Amino acid sequence: MPLSHDESLLDACNISRRLENGPSWLLHAVSCRLWPGDRVAVTGPSGGGKTVLLRALVWLDPFNTGHLLWKGAPLLGRDTPSFRRQVIYLHQQPVLLDGTVEHNLRQPYSLQMHSDTQYDRQRTITRLEQMGRQADFLDLPTRTLSGGESQIVAVLRAVQLEPVVLLLDEPTAALDEHGTRAVEQTVLGWQAENPAQRAFVWVSHDAQQARRVAIRFWHIDQGHLKERSSEP
Amino acid sequence: MNTSYIELSYVQVACAALLVLVNGAISAALGLGMQKHWLLAVVRTVVQLTLVGFVLEWVFREERWYVVLVMMIVMTLIAAQTAGSRSERRYPGIYRNTILSVWISAWVTAAYGLLVILQSEGSWHQPQYAIPLLGMILGNTLNGISLGLNTFTDSLVRQQDEVEVLLALGATRWEAAHGPTQHAVRTGLIPVMNSMMVVGIVSLPGMMTGQLLSGTAPLQAVKYQIVIMFLIASATALGTVGIVLLTYRQLFNKDHQFLHERLK
Repeated sequence: MPLSHDESLLDACNISRRLENGPSWLLHAVSCRLWPGDRVAVTGPSGGGKTVLLRALVWLDPFNTGHLLWKGAPLLGRDTPSFRRQVIYLHQQPVLLDGTVEHNLRQPYSLQMHSDTQYDRQRTITRLEQMGRQADFLDLPTRTLSGGESQIVAVLRAVQLEPVVLLLDEPTAALDEHGTRAVEQTVLGWQAENPAQRAFVWVSHDAQQARRVAIRFWHIDQGHLKERSSEP
Repeated sequence: MNTSYIELSYVQVACAALLVLVNGAISAALGLGMQKHWLLAVVRTVVQLTLVGFVLEWVFREERWYVVLVMMIVMTLIAAQTAGSRSERRYPGIYRNTILSVWISAWVTAAYGLLVILQSEGSWHQPQYAIPLLGMILGNTLNGISLGLNTFTDSLVRQQDEVEVLLALGATRWEAAHGPTQHAVRTGLIPVMNSMMVVGIVSLPGMMTGQLLSGTAPLQAVKYQIVIMFLIASATALGTVGIVLLTYRQLFNKDHQFLHERLK
Protein backbone atom coordinates (compact mmCIF):
# COMPACT_ATOMS: atom_id res chain seq x y z
CA MET A 1 0.00 0.00 0.00
CA PRO A 2 1.40 3.42 -0.90
CA LEU A 3 2.40 5.37 2.21
CA SER A 4 3.04 9.03 1.56
CA HIS A 5 4.20 9.49 5.14
CA ASP A 6 4.54 7.21 8.11
CA GLU A 7 1.92 8.89 10.26
CA SER A 8 -1.05 6.68 11.00
CA LEU A 9 -4.56 8.09 10.99
CA LEU A 10 -6.31 6.19 13.72
CA ASP A 11 -4.85 3.80 16.25
CA ALA A 12 -6.80 1.58 18.59
CA CYS A 13 -4.53 0.56 21.44
CA ASN A 14 -5.42 -2.48 23.47
CA ILE A 15 -9.14 -1.72 23.64
CA SER A 16 -11.37 -3.93 25.75
CA ARG A 17 -15.00 -3.48 26.40
CA ARG A 18 -17.74 -5.35 28.13
CA LEU A 19 -21.20 -4.51 29.36
CA GLU A 20 -21.55 -3.36 32.94
CA ASN A 21 -21.38 -6.57 34.99
CA GLY A 22 -21.51 -8.45 31.70
CA PRO A 23 -20.02 -11.92 31.67
CA SER A 24 -18.05 -11.83 28.44
CA TRP A 25 -15.83 -9.38 26.63
CA LEU A 26 -17.35 -7.68 23.61
CA LEU A 27 -13.88 -6.58 22.57
CA HIS A 28 -10.80 -8.27 23.91
CA ALA A 29 -7.57 -6.25 23.90
CA VAL A 30 -8.11 -5.10 20.32
CA SER A 31 -5.33 -3.14 18.67
CA CYS A 32 -5.48 -1.99 15.08
CA ARG A 33 -4.13 0.80 12.95
CA LEU A 34 -5.70 2.69 10.12
CA TRP A 35 -3.35 4.34 7.64
CA PRO A 36 -4.19 7.27 5.41
CA GLY A 37 -5.77 5.95 2.25
CA ASP A 38 -6.68 2.62 3.83
CA ARG A 39 -9.64 0.62 2.59
CA VAL A 40 -10.44 -2.03 5.16
CA ALA A 41 -13.15 -4.67 5.11
CA VAL A 42 -14.26 -6.30 8.35
CA THR A 43 -15.85 -9.71 8.34
CA GLY A 44 -16.80 -12.13 11.05
CA PRO A 45 -19.76 -14.04 12.43
CA SER A 46 -22.86 -12.29 13.78
CA GLY A 47 -22.35 -11.18 17.35
CA GLY A 48 -18.59 -11.46 16.94
CA GLY A 49 -18.01 -7.79 17.64
CA LYS A 50 -18.07 -6.07 14.23
CA THR A 51 -20.48 -3.33 15.32
CA VAL A 52 -18.83 -2.99 18.72
CA LEU A 53 -15.50 -2.49 16.95
CA LEU A 54 -16.80 0.32 14.74
CA ARG A 55 -18.48 2.00 17.71
CA ALA A 56 -15.21 1.75 19.59
CA LEU A 57 -13.30 3.39 16.74
CA VAL A 58 -15.42 6.57 17.20
CA TRP A 59 -15.44 6.17 20.96
CA LEU A 60 -19.22 6.02 21.21
CA ASP A 61 -18.97 3.90 24.37
CA PRO A 62 -16.51 4.06 27.24
CA PHE A 63 -13.68 1.49 27.21
CA ASN A 64 -12.74 -0.82 30.03
CA THR A 65 -9.13 -0.65 28.92
CA GLY A 66 -7.22 1.00 26.12
CA HIS A 67 -7.43 4.25 24.21
CA LEU A 68 -7.49 5.78 20.76
CA LEU A 69 -4.82 7.79 18.99
CA TRP A 70 -5.90 10.23 16.32
CA LYS A 71 -3.08 11.18 13.99
CA GLY A 72 -0.62 9.95 16.58
CA ALA A 73 -1.97 11.89 19.57
CA PRO A 74 -4.16 10.49 22.34
CA LEU A 75 -7.79 11.48 21.88
CA LEU A 76 -9.07 13.70 24.66
CA GLY A 77 -12.69 13.78 25.79
CA ARG A 78 -13.27 17.41 24.95
CA ASP A 79 -12.01 16.86 21.39
CA THR A 80 -14.48 14.05 20.68
CA PRO A 81 -16.95 16.17 18.69
CA SER A 82 -14.25 17.53 16.37
CA PHE A 83 -12.79 14.02 16.07
CA ARG A 84 -16.22 12.64 15.15
CA ARG A 85 -16.55 15.34 12.58
CA GLN A 86 -13.60 13.75 10.79
CA VAL A 87 -14.38 10.12 11.60
CA ILE A 88 -18.02 9.38 10.92
CA TYR A 89 -19.73 6.18 11.94
CA LEU A 90 -22.80 4.92 10.11
CA HIS A 91 -25.25 2.79 12.03
CA GLN A 92 -26.26 -0.54 10.64
CA GLN A 93 -29.92 0.46 10.76
CA PRO A 94 -30.11 3.84 9.06
CA VAL A 95 -31.58 6.32 11.50
CA LEU A 96 -33.33 9.27 9.93
CA LEU A 97 -35.18 12.12 11.54
CA ASP A 98 -38.77 12.94 10.78
CA GLY A 99 -39.17 15.28 7.83
CA THR A 100 -37.96 15.26 4.25
CA VAL A 101 -34.80 13.74 2.86
CA GLU A 102 -33.37 17.21 2.39
CA HIS A 103 -34.13 18.13 6.00
CA ASN A 104 -32.04 15.15 7.06
CA LEU A 105 -29.19 16.15 4.78
CA ARG A 106 -29.23 19.73 6.04
CA GLN A 107 -29.53 18.79 9.69
CA PRO A 108 -25.83 18.13 10.48
CA TYR A 109 -24.93 21.64 9.32
CA SER A 110 -26.89 23.04 12.26
CA LEU A 111 -24.39 21.42 14.62
CA GLN A 112 -21.68 23.61 16.08
CA MET A 113 -18.97 21.39 14.58
CA HIS A 114 -20.17 21.89 11.03
CA SER A 115 -21.10 25.55 11.32
CA ASP A 116 -18.14 26.57 9.15
CA THR A 117 -19.46 24.62 6.16
CA GLN A 118 -22.70 24.82 4.24
CA TYR A 119 -25.13 22.46 2.67
CA ASP A 120 -24.54 22.30 -1.09
CA ARG A 121 -27.77 21.45 -2.85
CA GLN A 122 -26.28 21.22 -6.33
CA ARG A 123 -23.57 18.87 -5.15
CA THR A 124 -26.16 16.72 -3.41
CA ILE A 125 -28.24 16.44 -6.57
CA THR A 126 -25.17 15.41 -8.54
CA ARG A 127 -24.43 12.67 -6.01
CA LEU A 128 -28.06 11.57 -6.00
CA GLU A 129 -28.05 11.23 -9.77
CA GLN A 130 -24.96 9.06 -9.54
CA MET A 131 -26.98 6.85 -7.22
CA GLY A 132 -29.85 6.71 -9.69
CA ARG A 133 -32.21 9.18 -8.00
CA GLN A 134 -33.62 12.48 -9.18
CA ALA A 135 -33.77 15.83 -7.43
CA ASP A 136 -37.38 15.25 -6.35
CA PHE A 137 -36.08 12.48 -4.07
CA LEU A 138 -35.03 15.32 -1.73
CA ASP A 139 -38.65 16.25 -1.05
CA LEU A 140 -39.78 12.79 0.01
CA PRO A 141 -40.73 12.38 3.66
CA THR A 142 -38.35 9.89 5.25
CA ARG A 143 -41.26 7.89 6.65
CA THR A 144 -42.13 6.75 3.14
CA LEU A 145 -38.63 5.53 2.25
CA SER A 146 -37.78 1.87 1.85
CA GLY A 147 -34.94 0.38 3.87
CA GLY A 148 -32.60 0.68 0.92
CA GLU A 149 -33.53 4.29 0.23
CA SER A 150 -32.98 5.17 3.88
CA GLN A 151 -29.56 3.57 3.59
CA ILE A 152 -28.75 5.82 0.63
CA VAL A 153 -29.78 8.92 2.56
CA ALA A 154 -27.67 7.90 5.55
CA VAL A 155 -24.61 7.31 3.36
CA LEU A 156 -25.16 10.60 1.57
CA ARG A 157 -25.57 12.46 4.84
CA ALA A 158 -22.18 11.22 5.99
CA VAL A 159 -20.28 11.55 2.70
CA GLN A 160 -21.38 15.15 2.08
CA LEU A 161 -19.66 16.17 5.34
CA GLU A 162 -16.37 15.14 3.70
CA PRO A 163 -14.96 13.18 6.62
CA VAL A 164 -11.43 11.79 6.62
CA VAL A 165 -12.59 8.37 7.78
CA LEU A 166 -15.88 6.57 7.25
CA LEU A 167 -16.87 3.62 9.39
CA LEU A 168 -19.64 1.77 7.57
CA ASP A 169 -21.68 -0.92 9.27
CA GLU A 170 -23.15 -3.08 6.52
CA PRO A 171 -24.28 -0.06 4.53
CA THR A 172 -25.76 -2.16 1.72
CA ALA A 173 -27.57 -4.76 3.82
CA ALA A 174 -31.00 -3.51 2.74
CA LEU A 175 -30.14 -2.78 -0.89
CA ASP A 176 -30.60 -4.72 -4.10
CA GLU A 177 -27.71 -5.41 -6.48
CA HIS A 178 -28.17 -2.06 -8.22
CA GLY A 179 -28.41 -0.03 -5.03
CA THR A 180 -25.45 -1.88 -3.56
CA ARG A 181 -23.27 -0.90 -6.47
CA ALA A 182 -24.47 2.69 -6.24
CA VAL A 183 -23.48 2.94 -2.56
CA GLU A 184 -20.14 1.27 -3.27
CA GLN A 185 -19.46 3.75 -6.05
CA THR A 186 -20.42 6.68 -3.85
CA VAL A 187 -18.11 5.64 -1.04
CA LEU A 188 -15.26 4.71 -3.40
CA GLY A 189 -15.82 8.02 -5.20
CA TRP A 190 -15.56 9.95 -1.97
CA GLN A 191 -12.34 8.08 -1.15
CA ALA A 192 -10.92 8.66 -4.62
CA GLU A 193 -11.31 12.42 -4.22
CA ASN A 194 -8.39 12.30 -1.81
CA PRO A 195 -6.99 8.79 -2.08
CA ALA A 196 -3.78 9.42 -0.17
CA GLN A 197 -5.67 10.65 2.87
CA ARG A 198 -9.24 9.32 3.10
CA ALA A 199 -9.83 5.89 4.57
CA PHE A 200 -12.75 3.67 5.40
CA VAL A 201 -13.58 0.59 7.40
CA TRP A 202 -16.42 -1.38 5.86
CA VAL A 203 -18.25 -4.12 7.69
CA SER A 204 -19.70 -6.62 5.27
CA HIS A 205 -21.25 -10.05 5.33
CA ASP A 206 -20.44 -10.50 1.70
CA ALA A 207 -16.91 -11.73 0.92
CA GLN A 208 -17.25 -10.66 -2.70
CA GLN A 209 -18.10 -7.16 -1.65
CA ALA A 210 -15.17 -7.13 0.76
CA ARG A 211 -12.86 -8.02 -2.11
CA ARG A 212 -14.45 -5.39 -4.34
CA VAL A 213 -14.03 -2.43 -1.99
CA ALA A 214 -11.08 -3.23 0.25
CA ILE A 215 -7.32 -3.71 0.16
CA ARG A 216 -6.97 -4.82 3.80
CA PHE A 217 -9.04 -7.40 5.62
CA TRP A 218 -9.83 -7.69 9.29
CA HIS A 219 -11.65 -10.60 10.84
CA ILE A 220 -13.30 -10.33 14.21
CA ASP A 221 -14.66 -13.23 16.21
CA GLN A 222 -15.61 -13.32 19.90
CA GLY A 223 -14.06 -9.93 20.43
CA HIS A 224 -10.66 -10.87 18.98
CA LEU A 225 -9.41 -9.00 15.94
CA LYS A 226 -7.07 -10.58 13.39
CA GLU A 227 -5.67 -9.14 10.23
CA ARG A 228 -5.76 -11.35 7.16
CA SER A 229 -3.66 -11.02 4.07
CA SER A 230 -6.67 -11.64 1.85
CA GLU A 231 -10.36 -12.35 2.11
CA PRO A 232 -10.90 -16.05 1.38
CA MET B 1 -58.19 33.54 64.44
CA ASN B 2 -61.35 33.87 62.48
CA THR B 3 -64.07 31.59 63.78
CA SER B 4 -66.78 32.45 61.30
CA TYR B 5 -66.95 28.87 60.02
CA ILE B 6 -69.07 25.89 61.07
CA GLU B 7 -67.13 23.60 63.42
CA LEU B 8 -67.37 20.03 62.14
CA SER B 9 -68.20 17.19 64.52
CA TYR B 10 -67.20 13.55 63.96
CA VAL B 11 -70.86 12.73 63.30
CA GLN B 12 -70.88 15.13 60.39
CA VAL B 13 -67.74 13.51 58.99
CA ALA B 14 -69.41 10.12 59.33
CA CYS B 15 -72.35 11.42 57.28
CA ALA B 16 -69.89 12.26 54.51
CA ALA B 17 -68.49 8.74 54.71
CA LEU B 18 -71.96 7.45 53.79
CA LEU B 19 -71.42 8.94 50.34
CA VAL B 20 -68.63 6.50 49.63
CA LEU B 21 -71.16 3.70 50.07
CA VAL B 22 -72.38 4.74 46.61
CA ASN B 23 -68.96 3.89 45.21
CA GLY B 24 -69.10 0.51 46.89
CA ALA B 25 -72.60 -0.10 45.58
CA ILE B 26 -71.56 0.75 42.02
CA SER B 27 -68.64 -1.61 42.30
CA ALA B 28 -70.85 -4.41 43.59
CA ALA B 29 -73.60 -3.85 41.02
CA LEU B 30 -71.22 -3.83 38.07
CA GLY B 31 -68.99 -6.55 39.45
CA LEU B 32 -65.92 -4.33 39.38
CA GLY B 33 -64.49 -6.03 42.44
CA MET B 34 -63.38 -2.72 43.90
CA GLN B 35 -65.29 -2.86 47.18
CA LYS B 36 -62.26 -3.93 49.19
CA HIS B 37 -60.15 -1.23 47.61
CA TRP B 38 -62.77 1.38 48.39
CA LEU B 39 -62.86 0.30 51.97
CA LEU B 40 -59.09 0.52 52.16
CA ALA B 41 -59.12 3.93 50.49
CA VAL B 42 -61.68 5.25 52.97
CA VAL B 43 -59.76 3.92 55.93
CA ARG B 44 -56.48 5.31 54.63
CA THR B 45 -57.98 8.73 54.00
CA VAL B 46 -59.35 8.88 57.53
CA VAL B 47 -56.28 7.47 59.23
CA GLN B 48 -53.67 9.43 57.31
CA LEU B 49 -55.44 12.76 57.59
CA THR B 50 -56.25 12.25 61.27
CA LEU B 51 -52.62 11.46 61.99
CA VAL B 52 -51.52 14.54 60.08
CA GLY B 53 -54.10 16.50 62.04
CA PHE B 54 -52.57 15.44 65.34
CA VAL B 55 -49.07 16.17 64.11
CA LEU B 56 -50.12 19.58 62.86
CA GLU B 57 -51.95 20.40 66.10
CA TRP B 58 -48.77 19.62 67.95
CA VAL B 59 -46.48 21.52 65.58
CA PHE B 60 -48.77 24.55 65.62
CA ARG B 61 -48.92 24.49 69.41
CA GLU B 62 -45.16 24.11 69.87
CA GLU B 63 -44.17 26.80 67.37
CA ARG B 64 -40.53 25.81 67.76
CA TRP B 65 -38.31 26.50 64.77
CA TYR B 66 -36.65 23.08 64.95
CA VAL B 67 -39.95 21.23 65.01
CA VAL B 68 -41.08 23.12 61.93
CA LEU B 69 -37.71 22.50 60.29
CA VAL B 70 -37.87 18.75 60.91
CA MET B 71 -41.41 18.67 59.56
CA MET B 72 -40.30 20.52 56.43
CA ILE B 73 -37.38 18.17 55.91
CA VAL B 74 -39.58 15.09 56.25
CA MET B 75 -42.11 16.51 53.78
CA THR B 76 -39.32 17.27 51.32
CA LEU B 77 -37.77 13.83 51.55
CA ILE B 78 -41.10 12.08 51.07
CA ALA B 79 -41.84 14.26 48.05
CA ALA B 80 -38.41 13.50 46.56
CA GLN B 81 -38.78 9.79 47.19
CA THR B 82 -42.17 9.76 45.51
CA ALA B 83 -40.91 11.72 42.52
CA GLY B 84 -38.03 9.29 42.04
CA SER B 85 -39.96 6.11 42.54
CA ARG B 86 -42.55 6.97 39.91
CA SER B 87 -39.94 6.83 37.19
CA GLU B 88 -40.23 3.68 35.11
CA ARG B 89 -36.56 3.71 34.23
CA ARG B 90 -33.87 4.18 36.76
CA TYR B 91 -30.19 4.90 36.78
CA PRO B 92 -27.57 4.99 39.54
CA GLY B 93 -27.93 8.21 41.51
CA ILE B 94 -31.58 8.81 40.65
CA TYR B 95 -32.61 9.39 44.28
CA ARG B 96 -29.76 11.79 44.96
CA ASN B 97 -30.86 13.76 41.91
CA THR B 98 -34.56 13.88 42.79
CA ILE B 99 -33.76 14.90 46.37
CA LEU B 100 -31.46 17.66 45.14
CA SER B 101 -33.91 19.05 42.63
CA VAL B 102 -36.97 18.84 44.89
CA TRP B 103 -35.09 20.32 47.80
CA ILE B 104 -33.46 23.24 46.06
CA SER B 105 -36.42 24.26 43.92
CA ALA B 106 -39.02 24.01 46.70
CA TRP B 107 -36.96 25.59 49.45
CA VAL B 108 -35.64 28.48 47.39
CA THR B 109 -39.17 29.35 46.28
CA ALA B 110 -40.69 28.80 49.71
CA ALA B 111 -38.01 31.02 51.24
CA TYR B 112 -38.81 33.72 48.72
CA GLY B 113 -42.50 33.40 49.50
CA LEU B 114 -42.06 33.47 53.27
CA LEU B 115 -39.31 36.03 53.63
CA VAL B 116 -39.75 38.37 50.68
CA ILE B 117 -43.45 38.22 49.83
CA LEU B 118 -45.24 37.43 53.09
CA GLN B 119 -42.46 38.85 55.26
CA SER B 120 -44.12 36.62 57.83
CA GLU B 121 -43.99 38.46 61.06
CA GLY B 122 -40.93 37.83 63.17
CA SER B 123 -39.73 34.69 61.50
CA TRP B 124 -40.00 32.15 58.72
CA HIS B 125 -40.87 29.31 61.05
CA GLN B 126 -44.46 30.17 61.84
CA PRO B 127 -46.05 26.80 61.05
CA GLN B 128 -49.28 28.47 59.92
CA TYR B 129 -47.47 29.81 56.83
CA ALA B 130 -44.38 27.71 56.39
CA ILE B 131 -46.01 24.30 56.32
CA PRO B 132 -48.98 24.78 53.99
CA LEU B 133 -46.87 26.93 51.68
CA LEU B 134 -44.10 24.37 51.40
CA GLY B 135 -46.65 21.57 51.18
CA MET B 136 -48.37 23.11 48.21
CA ILE B 137 -45.12 23.88 46.48
CA LEU B 138 -43.84 20.35 47.06
CA GLY B 139 -47.03 18.71 45.87
CA ASN B 140 -46.84 20.48 42.55
CA THR B 141 -43.07 20.40 42.06
CA LEU B 142 -43.22 16.68 42.63
CA ASN B 143 -45.51 16.28 39.62
CA GLY B 144 -43.31 18.39 37.38
CA ILE B 145 -40.19 16.55 38.44
CA SER B 146 -41.60 13.08 38.04
CA LEU B 147 -43.17 13.96 34.67
CA GLY B 148 -39.96 15.60 33.46
CA LEU B 149 -37.81 12.72 34.66
CA ASN B 150 -40.06 10.08 33.18
CA THR B 151 -40.34 11.86 29.85
CA PHE B 152 -36.60 12.44 29.65
CA THR B 153 -35.48 8.88 30.37
CA ASP B 154 -38.26 7.49 28.23
CA SER B 155 -37.42 9.57 25.18
CA LEU B 156 -33.72 8.85 25.62
CA VAL B 157 -34.45 5.15 25.50
CA ARG B 158 -36.80 5.42 22.55
CA GLN B 159 -34.55 7.83 20.66
CA GLN B 160 -31.26 6.20 21.55
CA ASP B 161 -30.45 5.75 17.87
CA GLU B 162 -31.20 9.38 17.01
CA VAL B 163 -29.07 10.59 19.89
CA GLU B 164 -26.21 8.36 18.82
CA VAL B 165 -26.47 9.35 15.17
CA LEU B 166 -26.10 12.97 16.22
CA LEU B 167 -23.07 12.11 18.35
CA ALA B 168 -21.59 10.13 15.46
CA LEU B 169 -22.01 13.15 13.17
CA GLY B 170 -20.00 15.35 15.52
CA ALA B 171 -22.70 16.72 17.83
CA THR B 172 -21.68 17.68 21.33
CA ARG B 173 -23.44 15.81 24.11
CA TRP B 174 -25.61 18.86 24.69
CA GLU B 175 -26.64 19.04 21.04
CA ALA B 176 -27.35 15.32 20.97
CA ALA B 177 -29.57 15.48 24.06
CA HIS B 178 -31.26 18.70 23.04
CA GLY B 179 -34.48 17.22 21.66
CA PRO B 180 -35.26 14.96 24.64
CA THR B 181 -34.27 17.74 27.06
CA GLN B 182 -36.67 20.24 25.53
CA HIS B 183 -39.42 17.68 25.32
CA ALA B 184 -39.00 16.67 28.98
CA VAL B 185 -38.95 20.20 30.38
CA ARG B 186 -41.96 21.19 28.31
CA THR B 187 -43.92 18.11 29.39
CA GLY B 188 -43.05 18.70 33.04
CA LEU B 189 -44.39 22.23 32.89
CA ILE B 190 -47.62 21.59 30.99
CA PRO B 191 -49.78 20.79 34.07
CA VAL B 192 -48.80 24.01 35.85
CA MET B 193 -49.32 26.04 32.72
CA ASN B 194 -52.73 24.42 32.20
CA SER B 195 -53.86 25.01 35.75
CA MET B 196 -52.78 28.65 35.55
CA MET B 197 -54.76 29.04 32.35
CA VAL B 198 -58.05 27.83 33.79
CA VAL B 199 -57.69 28.70 37.47
CA GLY B 200 -60.87 30.27 38.81
CA ILE B 201 -62.84 29.45 35.65
CA VAL B 202 -62.87 25.68 35.56
CA SER B 203 -61.55 24.99 39.03
CA LEU B 204 -61.45 26.74 42.35
CA PRO B 205 -58.14 25.81 43.87
CA GLY B 206 -58.22 23.85 47.12
CA MET B 207 -56.42 26.44 49.15
CA MET B 208 -58.70 29.25 48.07
CA THR B 209 -61.75 27.12 48.76
CA GLY B 210 -60.40 26.41 52.21
CA GLN B 211 -59.82 30.06 52.93
CA LEU B 212 -63.29 30.98 51.73
CA LEU B 213 -64.82 28.28 53.95
CA SER B 214 -62.93 29.57 56.93
CA GLY B 215 -64.29 33.07 56.38
CA THR B 216 -61.48 34.89 54.60
CA ALA B 217 -62.63 37.77 52.40
CA PRO B 218 -62.71 36.55 48.78
CA LEU B 219 -60.27 39.14 47.48
CA GLN B 220 -57.78 38.26 50.19
CA ALA B 221 -58.16 34.58 49.35
CA VAL B 222 -57.63 35.42 45.69
CA LYS B 223 -54.44 37.35 46.42
CA TYR B 224 -53.07 34.43 48.38
CA GLN B 225 -53.99 32.10 45.57
CA ILE B 226 -52.22 34.25 42.99
CA VAL B 227 -49.07 34.33 45.07
CA ILE B 228 -49.20 30.57 45.52
CA MET B 229 -49.72 29.96 41.80
CA PHE B 230 -46.63 31.97 40.99
CA LEU B 231 -44.58 30.22 43.65
CA ILE B 232 -45.72 26.86 42.32
CA ALA B 233 -44.97 27.84 38.72
CA SER B 234 -41.45 28.91 39.51
CA ALA B 235 -40.69 25.98 41.81
CA THR B 236 -41.95 23.52 39.22
CA ALA B 237 -39.85 25.13 36.52
CA LEU B 238 -36.74 25.08 38.70
CA GLY B 239 -37.34 21.51 39.82
CA THR B 240 -38.09 20.17 36.35
CA VAL B 241 -35.08 21.83 34.75
CA GLY B 242 -33.03 20.67 37.73
CA ILE B 243 -33.91 16.99 37.46
CA VAL B 244 -33.51 16.97 33.67
CA LEU B 245 -30.07 18.59 33.84
CA LEU B 246 -28.88 16.35 36.68
CA THR B 247 -30.09 13.30 34.79
CA TYR B 248 -28.39 14.56 31.65
CA ARG B 249 -25.09 14.89 33.51
CA GLN B 250 -25.49 11.36 34.79
CA LEU B 251 -26.17 9.87 31.36
CA PHE B 252 -23.79 11.85 29.15
CA ASN B 253 -20.14 12.05 30.12
CA LYS B 254 -17.44 14.56 29.30
CA ASP B 255 -16.19 12.36 26.49
CA HIS B 256 -19.50 13.03 24.71
CA GLN B 257 -20.74 9.49 25.16
CA PHE B 258 -24.31 8.49 25.87
CA LEU B 259 -24.18 6.01 28.76
CA HIS B 260 -27.38 4.24 27.75
CA GLU B 261 -26.39 1.13 29.70
CA ARG B 262 -26.99 3.06 32.91
CA LEU B 263 -30.71 3.34 32.12
CA LYS B 264 -32.55 0.31 33.33
